[in-house]
Order: sequence, then C-alpha cells, then structure tokens
Amino acid sequence: MSTIKLLNRREFLALTGRTGGAFALAVSAPVLVASSTVEAKALEQDGKQLGVFVSIAPDGSVEIICHRMEMGQGILTSTPQIIAEELCADWGKVTAVLGNADPAYGNQGTGGSASIRTHIEHTQRMGAVARDMLEQAAAKRWGVSKAEVKAKAHHVVNMKSGDQIGFGDLAQSAAALPVPDPKTVSLKPKSEYTIVGKDVSLQGLEDIVRAKAVYAHDIQLPGMLIASIERPPVVGGKVKSFDAAQAKKVAGVVDVVRLKDRSYPVQVFPKSGVAVLATNTWAAMEGRKKLQIEWDHGDNATHDSEAYKKELVAKVNTKAKQVRVVGDVYAHEFDPAKTVEATYTVPYHHHMSMETPAATAHVRADKTTVWTGTQSPQWGKTLVLQELGMDPTNDQDKVDFNTTLMGGAFGRKSKNDYTLEAVELSKATGKPVKVVWSREDDVKNGFYHSIAANYMKAELTDDNRSDHWIQRVSAPPIAWIFDHNATYLRDMALSLGFADVPFAAKNMSFENQEVTTHVRTGWVRSVGNINNHFALGSFVDELADKAGIPTHTMWNNLFGDDRLFNPREEGFEGYSHYGQTVDKDNQDYVLDIARFKAVLNRVVTEANADESLPEGQGWGISVSYSFNSYAAAATKVQVKDGVVTPLEMHTAIDCGLVVTPDRVKSQMEGAMIMGLSMTLESEITVKDGKIVQSNFYDYPVSRMDKVPPMFVHIMESDNAPGGVGEPGLPPILPSITNAIFRASGTRVRDLPVNKVLKV
Amino acid sequence: MIKLTLNGSQVELDADPSMPLLYAIRDIAQLTGTKFGCGLGLCGACTVHLDGQPVRSCVTTVAAAEGKMITTIEGLEVDGQLHPVQAAWIDHKVPQCGYCQSGQMMSAVALLESNPNPNDKEIEEAMQGNICRCGTYPRIRKAIKQAAQTQSGASILVENGNEVKV
Repeated sequence: MSTIKLLNRREFLALTGRTGGAFALAVSAPVLVASSTVEAKALEQDGKQLGVFVSIAPDGSVEIICHRMEMGQGILTSTPQIIAEELCADWGKVTAVLGNADPAYGNQGTGGSASIRTHIEHTQRMGAVARDMLEQAAAKRWGVSKAEVKAKAHHVVNMKSGDQIGFGDLAQSAAALPVPDPKTVSLKPKSEYTIVGKDVSLQGLEDIVRAKAVYAHDIQLPGMLIASIERPPVVGGKVKSFDAAQAKKVAGVVDVVRLKDRSYPVQVFPKSGVAVLATNTWAAMEGRKKLQIEWDHGDNATHDSEAYKKELVAKVNTKAKQVRVVGDVYAHEFDPAKTVEATYTVPYHHHMSMETPAATAHVRADKTTVWTGTQSPQWGKTLVLQELGMDPTNDQDKVDFNTTLMGGAFGRKSKNDYTLEAVELSKATGKPVKVVWSREDDVKNGFYHSIAANYMKAELTDDNRSDHWIQRVSAPPIAWIFDHNATYLRDMALSLGFADVPFAAKNMSFENQEVTTHVRTGWVRSVGNINNHFALGSFVDELADKAGIPTHTMWNNLFGDDRLFNPREEGFEGYSHYGQTVDKDNQDYVLDIARFKAVLNRVVTEANADESLPEGQGWGISVSYSFNSYAAAATKVQVKDGVVTPLEMHTAIDCGLVVTPDRVKSQMEGAMIMGLSMTLESEITVKDGKIVQSNFYDYPVSRMDKVPPMFVHIMESDNAPGGVGEPGLPPILPSITNAIFRASGTRVRDLPVNKVLKV
Repeated sequence: MIKLTLNGSQVELDADPSMPLLYAIRDIAQLTGTKFGCGLGLCGACTVHLDGQPVRSCVTTVAAAEGKMITTIEGLEVDGQLHPVQAAWIDHKVPQCGYCQSGQMMSAVALLESNPNPNDKEIEEAMQGNICRCGTYPRIRKAIKQAAQTQSGASILVENGNEVKV
C-alpha cells in the first residue's frame, strides 16, 4: 500500500530552494494509527502517512527534512541521523531542515515522546531507498550488477575494481530511476551503525549559539503589527463591554480589535478578549494597560483550587468506578496492623517554556501565510483553514504554514490557540500581525496539568509482598477540553502509570471517580504519570518503611517474577498506549518486568543508594514505565533546620535502541531539573476561577543553585526504541520526597514540598 | 530619535525614551538574538551588556542606555570568530531549545570579564538570574569553566563531555 513518488525538479526546487541538477526523494508509507479516544484523535488527526524527504545536490551535500518539530529534545538531529545511517552518508555533509506543515510528511504531531518510537522503521526505509537508488545508478554506470556495488561513506564502491563514485556525482542519474518499494530494501544491522547511537554534531547547535536560530517571537515582516491581548481571566468568560479610547491614544497603537466569542467545548481555540495592535511590542503592551473591560466571568467563577482539592481527596477516599479489577479485593477484610493507606495530591502545573507563545499571520485574499512554533503543524493548519472558512482537504494550497524552532514547549505548544489569534487579527486588520504573549499571559492562559488526588491502600503479606491492593485517582480529564461533558479519565489517561501498574498482587482494584472541570487542562511532559507515579513511587517507599526493608527490595517483591505484562490480559481491557494498542500483532507495548528490575538495580548501584548516610541525609528512589521506556531515579538530599538541599541525582534510562546518546542524556538532565521544580516549589492555584500566579516570582522554577551534581546512566539495549522526552520525569518526584522522608522523617504527600519545608 | 551605540555601531532609533531597551533592540533595531522571557528582570533571557556590565534589557529603558556601549549576543563574535564562551557552549552541547542561551552566554561573558577564574559558588551567584527551563545548568557550569581556561591560555579538550587538560 506504499505510495511513492519522485519529486520533479520544480517541486524539488520549491522544497529546498536549491539550483542545479539534484536528486530529491519522497517516500510515503502507512504508519499504524489506532485511536479510540478524543485525545488520541486530536494528536493523530493530521494524517496516517509518513513521508520524509531527502535531497542530494551535485556537490554531495545532503538535505534531510525533519518532519517532526524541534522544541529542545533534539529531534532535528535524531531523525536525520536515522536516515543518514541507512543512506551511508557522511554526517558532516548532512544539513537538517525543519519541515513546514505538509500532509505529504505524514503525521507531524510532535508529542507523546513518539517521534522515534513510532516512526523509526519508515525513517530508516527512507534512507535505505535513497541508498538503493544511488547503488543502482553506480552499477548502471559501471555496467555491473547491483550486487557488486555497495554504498559506503558517501560513495558507492565497486567491490571488484575498488573504484568509487561520490553521492553528488550519482545524484542526477539516481533521480531518474524508478523508486523501489521501501519494503524491499534491506536495512543495516545495528553492528554496522556508524551514525545512529554515536555522539554526532548536533543540527542547529551553532545557529543557536550564534543567535541565528529563528523562534516564533523572531518573525519580522514589513508593515507588521504586534498584538497584545487581554483575555478573559476565567475559562468560559466573555467580554461584556470595553472602552478602547485611552488605549488608542498611546503612541504607536494602530488598532484595537475585539476577538470573537467562543463556546464550549473550549478545544484549543483562543479564549477571545480584546487585542491592542501597535507598531512595536512595547506600544501594544502599554496600550493594553489602558483598556477598560467589563467581563462576564461565566460559569467557572467560583472555582477554588484549594476547596476543589479537598473534594478530590474526599472522592478518592470512597469506592469509585472500577477500571481494572484483578481477583476480588473487596471480599477481603484488611488487617490494620499490616495495612498502609495514603492519599497523595499534586497541584495544577504550567509548562513555563522560556519562550511564551507567539505566532505571525498574514491573511490575504489569495494566500494566507502563517509562521508559528508548534508541536502540531498539520492540526494547526487544519484549524487555520477552518477559521478562514476553507476546506481542510481541498484548500491546502491556500495556506502556507511555516514552522519555527520552539523555545521550549513541553506539551503547551500542541495547542494552536495563539496561532489562531494571529490569523483572526490579521484577517480583521488586513495586515500581517504577530501575536506576542507576555509571561503573565502565558501563566494565566495555559492548558494546565490536572490537579489530582491519588489514593493507595495495600496490605502486606508476611513475606513483604502484597496480595490486596487498591488504587484510586480523581483528576479533571484532559478529554474535557474536547468534550464538555467528560467527567471520567479516558482509558488512554488511565494507561499513564495508573491502571497499568504491573504488580503481581492477586487481588487489585483500580478506580476513577468523576469530577467537573473548570480550567483548561492539557498535556504537560509525561502527563498523568506525574501524579500517578508520585503516588505509586511514594507508596512503595511507605510500604518498604512499614516492612523495614530497602525500597528497591519492596519494588522487586511487588513486581514478582520476571514476565511480560499485558494490562489487557490482566483486567484492564481499555489499555492503550497513546493510541497504540497491545494485541497479538503489536507486542511493543507490553511491559517487561525484567527491564524494570534492571534499570532500578542500575540506579541503586551507580548511586550507591544503599550507603549509610550521616544524620539529616537520605537517598530516595523510584522506577517507572512510560512511553515504552523504563526510568529509575535516585536522589540524595539533606534536610537541616527545616531546609531541603538536593545533594546528588541519578537517572538510569532504558529507552531501547539509543539514537542520539547525548540528547538522551540532556533530556534526563532536563527531566531531573523539571522534577526538582515540580516537587519542591512550583504550583498553580485558582481563586474565583482566576489563575493566581503571574510570573517566575510566584511560579518559581529551579535556578542553578538548586541543581546538584547529576548523573545519567543509559542502558545498553537491543529493544525497539522507546520515548525519551517524557519518561525521565515521573520517577524524579517521589525520589525526592522519599529522600526527604529518609533524611528527616517528614513524609510529604501534598506537593509542592515548600508548603512544609523550606527549599 | 535616540542615538545608541549598538555592537560598536552608532544607530538612531525612533523609540520612546521610556521603552525598555529589549523592544528597541528586537523590534526597531531588528536584532532578535536577545530574547523576551518575563518582562520583569527575573529570568535573564534578555541580558545584554551596558559598558560591559550585564543588565536585563526588559527593565532597562532606552534612555538609560543612551551614551553607553550596548553589546548584544550578535556582538560577541569578532570577524566571524566565536567568543570562547560560545565555543565552549558548542563543545559541551549546552543548548536544548536554545531560547535562553543568548542571555546565559551574555551573563557568562560578563562573569569571566570580572572574574577570569570563578569557582562553582561564584558561577552559581553570577548565573542565578538566568533561568533555563530545559535544564542545561550542569553543562553551563562546565562550559564556563572551559571558557575560563581557554581565555587564560590553557588548552582543553572535551571528550565525550568530559574535560581533558592537555
């Protein structure tokens, strides 16, 4: 079913901006998309085809279009690395190009730590097809069979004569050949890799260091207006009336525009409001301060996160809807002497990317052009076309949707509300408009990680396992933004470290209580794993403490024997790994107990986390599975005079095949630091429906002094690649609070830590 | 019109004297390497030098910069030659998303100009005002130490992210 085409010269030039005879290749092949939930459809809706583009110029330089979006995770290096490996290219001659929104590239939605784990084979085949064609061209030139030639280091070598021809010399004749079926070309064995898994130079690094990299904030167009928008402070709120007279008097202000009202479900649309447009950012911000707006706050104006959290806690302390059942735990009378029960809570969280949202649009009668930093280029383009009253399928040519680097995203920039604001305002004014969000705009108009309460209860056996286990979670579902009536977590959300807990207990109940939702919820790095794993990782430590055994021993006891664990066969029929189901045809998402144990053992050994420590110090550990990777963390802290000081942090990661080792390491470093922020000091609260926090002074994130020496241990693995961007985060939170408990005896179950200890 | 000295060149900008320097540099002079992060001087993404001293351009008015030498990230290179801090940033592969790194490097350059051989504590103190949400702090520390040694004449090799003195 593969569709393959060679780009013609005109298309090629349009793609790469190059001149001269060159070889450009496009291959599309189906990828597995299985989505049963609203969230999955939102992520996946932008296509079921993967296409990646390779071009080789006569001088031998290779351009590879990276169809996945770059937000700091390093995909701009990793995807081209995979292609260059199969192509047998010289990495020094490869330049990565960030792809714009184009259905020809297949799914470009960059989230769920999915770029490599769900696309690697097709990415490999793109490189292999190009290599095959270069080999064919060389064989033809020499008049030998293709079996007698082999691509090597940017050349094709005649294995009998030893002659060789460079890729650049072959490009034009290769381009004239028919494209082989991607399924028929051979892939390299891992033992022959020279680029994948190696520490290669990073694409785009020098541009960043020389300040030549372009982010969404950096777009400049002649005659462009800059917009600053006052949005409703409460979700569902609307402008009742406004007075722009004073705003218009500010020098530089050109126009004031009321954005259109939106209705439920909130989806990823703008929040409406009033925009001040000016010739520079400062004038727009100054003008906005002079706006007089009367708001209708709507139906969420009584939301109070403290009161809401108490409701969540009450809910999870009551039996709720069972989403996974093993045995019959409710037939059992728990022995209080052997039972531990606890409730854990995490607050709303915000992404706090260093670059706030920004987007530029120029809407014209014949063509609309957009520039934005987004994790969802094609979803964004579809929304833009709909906003303009055009057909998302047939009018693709009427919108050029250009992407920029993202100055951090962490899930926030999967939503294109800011892109749509730019389109709406350009359409209203007829001018190119850049929408720039202030930090306050960002903090107060986010899509937040859900506040959550998790309840855990288990009875210990005499041999320090458990056969009676209850877990409950209550949190506003992300599904609510797409379905205003959603009250329960969807199966996919329950599959994020909650009902997929792979313990061997004979009787287990996993339950979810319904709630109402009052703020925009969204994907924040590792999503539900944040609260689910904070609870699980803390609770296992509490069980270990009760039993008087090391925490890693308790983990191993609860896991039981090494085995493959398929949640669908153990009581959780809805298990779905971000749209990937586990069935007889797809075993990639079965959890492997041996890998859990190995990664945990590695971190405990590397950190020496069993060492005895002076009074006031402690090690804490945890281990989690998410996005098909296994991550274990060990953190050492000191608690002295009520002040917590992190002393050392370790992460061991088993993400299967490693493509870019240095970026795996940097993602783990980043996850440790984000975990420190979330655990120790960050919190979004809501009062009267309004977000209380504003900026870095009241949503603090870790600065350099909070960051102890940190170490990353990458497991060698022949398994299929797992995710990297998110899996490092979940185990960090309980590793820190477990360390605090070991150091001080203070068990923190309600984050952040700074409510009870100084940080 | 306000006259400024920007990366060694005299420029005249049509900017309100009360406008923060950040917006004059980005929107009017169209040098976009200096970044907006918070608008309150809390995150350091907008760090530039005024007469060699690091300042947060989001809370420094254009008027306050008049008559002073302004250096932005674009002014660090000399004739296409990277500053030792920039070179160290590449050797240690410091950036992730890269957005805050202009400000980080400007703070690091200013630190090394006032203290050519800072210890860990001094690095922390000087870099405390620069936030990186991606979490590149461990590499920033290493890169600053390498740049310090490069500037003092010692050669450093970086192998697999570890410094090796030669």
